[in-house]
Parts: sequence; C-alpha cells; structure tokens
Amino acid sequence: MSGLSRTPLFEAHRALGGRLVPFAGFELPVQYGSILEEHAAVRERAGLFDVSHMGQLHLSGRGATAAVEWLVSCPVSSLPTGRVRYGCLCNEAGGVVDDVTVYRLDDEHWFLCVNASNIEKDYRWIVRHTPAGVEVRDRSAETALLALQGPASAALLAACSDIDLGSLPRFAFTRAKLGSSQALVSRTGYTGSDGFELYCDAADALALWETLRSAGAAYGLLPAGLGARDTLRLEAALPLYGHELDDETSPLEARLDRFVKLSGAPFLGGEAIARRKQAGHRKLLVGFELTERGVARAGYGLAQAGAEVGVVTSGGPSPTLQKSIGLGYVRPALAEPGTRLEVMMRGRPVAAQVVRTPFVRGLARVVHKGGSRG
Amino acid sequence: MADYDIPQELRYTREDEWVRLEGERVVLGVTDYAQQQLGDIVFVELPAVGATVERGEPFGVVESVKAVADLFGPVSGRVVEVNATLADQPELVNQDCYGDGWMLVLEPDDPAEIEDLLPASDYRQHVKDRAE
Repeated sequence: MSGLSRTPLFEAHRALGGRLVPFAGFELPVQYGSILEEHAAVRERAGLFDVSHMGQLHLSGRGATAAVEWLVSCPVSSLPTGRVRYGCLCNEAGGVVDDVTVYRLDDEHWFLCVNASNIEKDYRWIVRHTPAGVEVRDRSAETALLALQGPASAALLAACSDIDLGSLPRFAFTRAKLGSSQALVSRTGYTGSDGFELYCDAADALALWETLRSAGAAYGLLPAGLGARDTLRLEAALPLYGHELDDETSPLEARLDRFVKLSGAPFLGGEAIARRKQAGHRKLLVGFELTERGVARAGYGLAQAGAEVGVVTSGGPSPTLQKSIGLGYVRPALAEPGTRLEVMMRGRPVAAQVVRTPFVRGLARVVHKGGSRG
Repeated sequence: MADYDIPQELRYTREDEWVRLEGERVVLGVTDYAQQQLGDIVFVELPAVGATVERGEPFGVVESVKAVADLFGPVSGRVVEVNATLADQPELVNQDCYGDGWMLVLEPDDPAEIEDLLPASDYRQHVKDRAE
C-alpha cells in the first residue's frame, strides 16, 4: 500500500489486530473485531477511535475572526472562546467545499477540523479567500485526534483527568492533562452518542491512546474502526462528505438549515444558497428505512412506482434499531416522512419509506451534576 | 496467516464456496475464510427452490455490514432446498458456516463437475496466496 500515510497509532492498530484499509490517503483500521460489537460498545459503554487522519487548519492574527465569519456557513463572531460550532465551507455556486467543526481558541485564533480527503483543497480555498494579514496554517500532520465516544466516556475521562470534564457542555472544549499527555478535549463527536474528541501532539498520541485504553478497561471500552464510525454516524443521520455533501450540493438540500446563517452575517456562497432556495431545490436529503429485507448501499437508485426519483447516498444496517436504513436525495415533493419509495437493489425494487431523522434519538443527552435536566 | 477452518472432507471453489456431497446431491455454503473476510453478515439473498444454478455464475448475494459479495455456482444444477433460516438469522453464516450456515442443496446436472472443485489442500494454498 505505497503512497498511503499512517497515523501515529499505526503500529498500535496492527498490534490490536486491526484490519487496515486505505481511506482518504491513510491506512486506517476498518475494524478490530466485529463492527457490530464495536458499534454496541459505543452505544452502550464506550469506544475509542483514531481519527488522526482528519485535518486541522488554523487561522490567526488580526482579522481572523472576520475571515472565518466569511468562510463558514454558521455564525462564529458570537461564539465565545472555548466553544465549537459545526458548519460548511461553501463555494460561489452554493455548493459545499467541506463540512467542518470550527473551534475558537482565542479572540483572533481559530481552527477548523476538516475531512482528511479535503485537507489540501480546503487549505487552498481558505488561503485564497482570506486577507493577507491572517496566517493560515495546516497543522494536520503534527496533530493527532482520538475520539472517545459513548455514554461511559465522561466517567472514563474523569478517571484519568486532572480536571472535571464531566461538566463540560456539548460543543465546548478545554485543555486537560490525561495521564502524562496534554490534550485539547472537546465534547463533540460523529456518532450521535455523548463523547469527546481529544486533540494532541502527534508525539503524544500513543501515550494518550494507552492512557484511555487502560482507564477504559473498567468500562468495557473497545477500540473501534471506520466501519463502526460509519454505522454510528448513519444512525445519527450525520452527513459524510463525498456522500451526502459535495461541491454541487447546497447545504440546504442536505437539510443543514440550522447551520446556515441566511439571515445573519454575509458569507461566501450565501447569496447562491439563498438564490437556490428561492428558485426551489431540485433535490432534498431524506432518511428512509426498508420495509422489506435487504441492505441499501450508496449509489443504488430510489424509485417510486418504477420511475427513478433519486439516489441512495449512504445505507446499511442499523444495529441499534435492527432495521435497514439509509440516506438519499429525492425530488422535494417526495421528502415527507411516510412517503413510500423503492430502493433499486440489483435491478429489483425493495420497499422503503421516508422517516424522520436522526434514526436513533436521545443518545447524546448530557446529565449535568446537580441538574434536573433529563 | 490467520487461522481458517478448512475441513478435509469438503470441496471448494476459488470464490470461497464449499461443497459437500450427500448421495446424489450437494450441499453448499461459504467458507470460514469468506465469512471472516466479510465480517458480520446481515443479509443473505438466495434463489428459490426449483431455480437453476450455473457453474461459475452468480446465484445469490451475501452482505456484511460493509461489504456485498456475490455467490458463485460451484457446479450447475437445480435448487432442491434453501436454508430459509438465514433470512432471519444471517449471522449463522458467521457462527457455523459449514453447519447451520449452509445455503443450498443442489441436484447437479453433471456429478462429474464435483471432481473439478478444489480439494482442501489446494484451497488452503489458494487462501494462503491471497493472504500474502
């Protein structure tokens, strides 16, 4: 597998029996044992992912905040230091360059966590659309990222951290020492369950991984691979770039309205997104479940009464629901929950219906100490 | 090489099906190597009783969480039994691929075709070649 990059944890994955596959230019574990067991560990206890392939692009200096405000679809000036927001980088035609999480490190220091396959494209895009006084740095190679996900994550971290991370709100981050490693700990994730993402220096990644694995032994923590990451994000109906999102698709077609400041500060691509909305979208993303046996896969056609009406962008089994689920684009008239569709599976129609998303709900509830929210 | 169960008494295809001769009929399924490569199996699509299977041609599909794999006819013949249990319990293919995870029983058109299938030793070598 020449030409593929390795994360700092490559040897650890190999030692654990991880099945390594090429993904976005990296050699990464798709699974260590059973994907279903890794999935269940995250939903019921905790799972640990190496997502060091993801990119971190930093913007700093006077004007950085204004630059980020122009670059991303979500409002950021209002975001306090120590908070994270999800949004899209959009092009002039209103398509999605990438979907990102935006971290405010300081008044004029931000970083965007971006998809591995888009690091270079995003970097060039950001440099092109950022004024000269703002420094743009790609710190992807020197940064490792671990995702600790699942309901036991907070308790597990408490067992090895120097500060109280259990009270960290969703979409907030802080610096903490875990074992001997310094990390930026963010209460975010890509699974739909409660959990944390931990950024650290690449040189500290193995120590952090081992710290979390030893603390996790008491909680039934499993290392989890890309396979479980995909089934988990699908149950949570979280989009995957290259599947639900691409350079042609508007974030509104992908139903990301909550993350698009159409009535807020102007942003790159905003006018086109508004214009496309005004003109009426040609397609909308829907979640569906199969009502007959089978598995929907990306690229399968969606039909109604034999006529092609759309395409599946992601599909697979939902281990939590014990159903077969998927995401896909259909004509807007067919986007209402309850609408009957067919998934074209090897030339044969298999019955499905549009359902509300996320498919699996109520997973990421954070219970704060002394609080009665629930 | 990882450990794969390759029973001595069975015959095999290069596409990782096994065949067991039972009188005039053959029982078939996928090998331990195939089920380990696929991982958790979630769906098995098989032909109906009475359908015909052609040697070397796809006759069904087995799907795991991440992968879709075609099943190829080891010999040509008519389907006389289908393991209907796999519709509800596809995981039997993972748990017991040579037993409860069997897929079809065929009546071969030409029993001599069975002789063309790989013996266990050749199939073991075939698995090994791909693992390297």
